[in-house]
Amino acid sequence: MGIVSPGFHGRRRKSAAELPPGQYLTNDFPVLSAGPTPRMREDDWEFTVTTETGREHRWTWREFLDLPAETPTVDIHCVTKWSKLATEWEGVSLDALLADVETEADFALVHSYGGYTTNLPLADLVEGQAWIVHRYNGEELAPEHGGPARLLVPHLYFWKSAKWVHGIRLLTDDEPGFWESAGYHDYGDPWREQRYQGD
Amino acid sequence: MARAAIPGRLAWRVARLAEARQETETARTLVFDVPDWPGQTAGQHIDLRLTADDGYTAQRSYSLSAPDRVELTVQRIADGEVSPYLTDVIGLGDPVELRGPVGGWFVWRPGTERPVLLIAGGSGIAPLMAMIRARRRSGDGTPFTLLYSVRTPSDVYFADELRRPDHGLTVALVYTREAPDGWPRPPGRLAPADLAHLGLAGDCFVCGPTGFVEAAADLLVARGHDPRRIRTERFG
Repeated sequence: MGIVSPGFHGRRRKSAAELPPGQYLTNDFPVLSAGPTPRMREDDWEFTVTTETGREHRWTWREFLDLPAETPTVDIHCVTKWSKLATEWEGVSLDALLADVETEADFALVHSYGGYTTNLPLADLVEGQAWIVHRYNGEELAPEHGGPARLLVPHLYFWKSAKWVHGIRLLTDDEPGFWESAGYHDYGDPWREQRYQGD
Repeated sequence: MARAAIPGRLAWRVARLAEARQETETARTLVFDVPDWPGQTAGQHIDLRLTADDGYTAQRSYSLSAPDRVELTVQRIADGEVSPYLTDVIGLGDPVELRGPVGGWFVWRPGTERPVLLIAGGSGIAPLMAMIRARRRSGDGTPFTLLYSVRTPSDVYFADELRRPDHGLTVALVYTREAPDGWPRPPGRLAPADLAHLGLAGDCFVCGPTGFVEAAADLLVARGHDPRRIRTERFG
């Protein structure tokens, strides 16, 4: 047990048991971004998967919407300590986007409009674990939350769920993204509280 | 289970409250003694952990408001779990745990040589104050401008310090609800006119509640600031 702070009792919110260590429940949807919100028109939006050999697979907004839609309801956990339960999204599974992509890569570097990047193992993007989502709570995804479309990888801290997603580069060697280069954990499992390097 | 000491791991440290000052009716500045504190870069934050006597814990992140010592300026959130303890309960000598410093993006270092525009909304002043103090302490000549949006005159943090002359620092207050008597600008949210006289070159740091930061960053981009030179930190 840590050092006791005298007079601290806490709120004991009911759901604390369902949350990863160090997280608290919020009903708001806070925003975390490192810079201004890019404003992307759907007509200009493109999503590209680039393999380790340089082969590109590209989708326009229309082509993306033609892929089979899924509606995941998931808990999300931000490294800044808030968690939000049972959030409702609509989008396309990465399994569908990667179905025709031939690759031997083990790693992915996700990149966004505005320059943001984040890295994760390719294994964490497949088998029903990740989506490119364009609707939240039954409405179009707002720009400050990553619209027109963002990555959703709810089993990792939410900085991995890149907003304004533009593409994914598949890599044979791991390459740190934006926060991962600034002291944050390379993998970011909230249940193991992997917030910062060395956690 | 005892944790092995992993090199580079941010360990929890015991911090004891050494000084406290009421900043406004709802905000308090707290200075902690932290043995072997490694130091920080202006703009970084820490994680703070409170433990109750039955082992229950709660963690939050707070920006450091000083460039050297472990100083936090905490706004009481009415239904908050951690902030009311820090603003109203903790006494001198009482311990908390913290680890850090954290964050390598929303930081300013002396010697950067580009003019700096700081835009704060409410308690978002905290990490920007660390930058203002880092500049003053280092004798860095970089011109700084602070645009500081508050609801009323009694909501200004660090009011005395910001009133004192600091060569090369320009402070402009924006009152959104109530301005002092005779204030030339009518109360209202940050607007294009508030930025009209500012130069376009340099680095911008914007910190505050989400809605404020979205609006301020949009105004900067609309004015022609390079989005890559606008760094934001949001809370809320």
